[in-house]
Amino acid sequence: MSHMRYTYYPGCSLHATGVAYDKSMRAVFDKLGAELVELEDWNCCGATTYSSVKKTVAYAISARNLALAEKAGNDVVAPCSACYYVLNRTRKSLTEQPELREHVGAALAEAGLEVGLGTPVRHPLEVLLTDVGIDRILAAQTHSVAGFRPACYYGCQIVRPFAAIEGDDPELPMAMERLFSALGAAPVDYPPKVRCCGGMLVATFPEVAKELCEELTNWARERGANCIVTVCPLCQSNLDLMNLDGRRREANGSTGPLPVLYFTQIIGLALGCSAEEVGLEHGLAPVRIDVPPLVASGKD
Amino acid sequence: MTSRTEPSSGRMAPGVLSRSERELREAFLAEIERIPGAGRLDQCIQCGTCTASCPVSFAMDLTPRQVIAMFRAGAIEDLLRSRTIWVCASCYQCTMRCPADISITELLYGFKRMAIDRGIFPAKFPVHVFAETFAEMVNRYGRNHEVGLILRFFMRTQPLGLLRRRRDGLALWRHGRLRIRPTRIDAIGDFRKIIARAEKFDLPQERVKRESVADTVGYAAIER
Repeated sequence: MSHMRYTYYPGCSLHATGVAYDKSMRAVFDKLGAELVELEDWNCCGATTYSSVKKTVAYAISARNLALAEKAGNDVVAPCSACYYVLNRTRKSLTEQPELREHVGAALAEAGLEVGLGTPVRHPLEVLLTDVGIDRILAAQTHSVAGFRPACYYGCQIVRPFAAIEGDDPELPMAMERLFSALGAAPVDYPPKVRCCGGMLVATFPEVAKELCEELTNWARERGANCIVTVCPLCQSNLDLMNLDGRRREANGSTGPLPVLYFTQIIGLALGCSAEEVGLEHGLAPVRIDVPPLVASGKD
Repeated sequence: MTSRTEPSSGRMAPGVLSRSERELREAFLAEIERIPGAGRLDQCIQCGTCTASCPVSFAMDLTPRQVIAMFRAGAIEDLLRSRTIWVCASCYQCTMRCPADISITELLYGFKRMAIDRGIFPAKFPVHVFAETFAEMVNRYGRNHEVGLILRFFMRTQPLGLLRRRRDGLALWRHGRLRIRPTRIDAIGDFRKIIARAEKFDLPQERVKRESVADTVGYAAIER
């Protein structure tokens, strides 16, 4: 296989609340020999929030990123589910609606840019499974993650409306379960895996978001998970903040905190990255799961 | 297609409407014609799959199914005043499961934009401020600055909310997850030019100041 190189679109969250996702993404891609080149001077994708304010502007700012990516030439990797969705929606809407495309084109021309819709925007989970492949990830595995019993949580926007992983059932995806089982972890059965965490409601309707997150957390505990694994910085923060209440419950003699990890953190640990390299210290719940080196099995 | 934008005789016409309802209806129908899937709302069979699939319908005053029914009944101002359009978390479950292939989520964005444009909101209900503050942050820096967004949003809507959230903020801070300083993109000048040009294509922005129309909307407004 030729050298794998991608245009990396981290998105705003990965520079702040989602810093552990950024660290672990870079570490994993590095270990697997896939190069991430950060998109130069990228801007906010607009998230779903900007769509409520101004439609053409929302599309235009998102299209600026696509225009820059088109110049860079490689497939875009967008780890945040909202970025993944919004950039793909822009590609689709501008392809299907000539009038909108014309308006956005006129706006981009102000900055000397052209509408560029030819560059695929992909989620890192799909890139790792398709381009690298489970076999090569396994071949690079140096440490055992058998202690992990993850509840694999996909959330909304990588399964709908644009499924990131072709062929995976959007109502019951199994991509992460397959990957983690192959790595030797023991994913639990987790029925609410595509339910919503509340997203931005955490700011506007906190009591509603909390109810959704509590259900997701309780379900994971009931199924015997010792961590929740997410693919999105907003899902991670929303679920992780539940741990602040968890600690209070613990003080009352109830259950302890439940670590909420990024899928890239577990892969990174399996590939021999240190806890620091994958940013475990940024989680609000301590991870007390051993990651011993694999016993020599003829590999390496 | 022209029949759909004709408010009193089109396929979805509810009857004779008050002038403000008719104007909103015309504007909205013209708008959703340009959203793939959303213009199909005349295909709704009122099956309720959207409501049953919605994870936040428990917190809505109108369910997604009712939103479509009320739009067809001509009660647009009522639904612009609902909590519903602001409670939607954009999870797209309704859109994915709708048997009539209606992009309900995008439809709700359309209603949100219209509510903001017209200044029609539920009383004492400042959720639109979040969306507008978000847009301001992006326009200013080119990127979202989470700390700035949350601080501004709460200062504008419920300063006491900040006090109640200080535990969350402190925990994120201690774990190295808050950026105090915003990052501005290099090409911010070009970026703002893009926004300024794109804005011209969006709905007319003048804020129509309206007196209360509560007793002249909905079914009551339909003359038989």
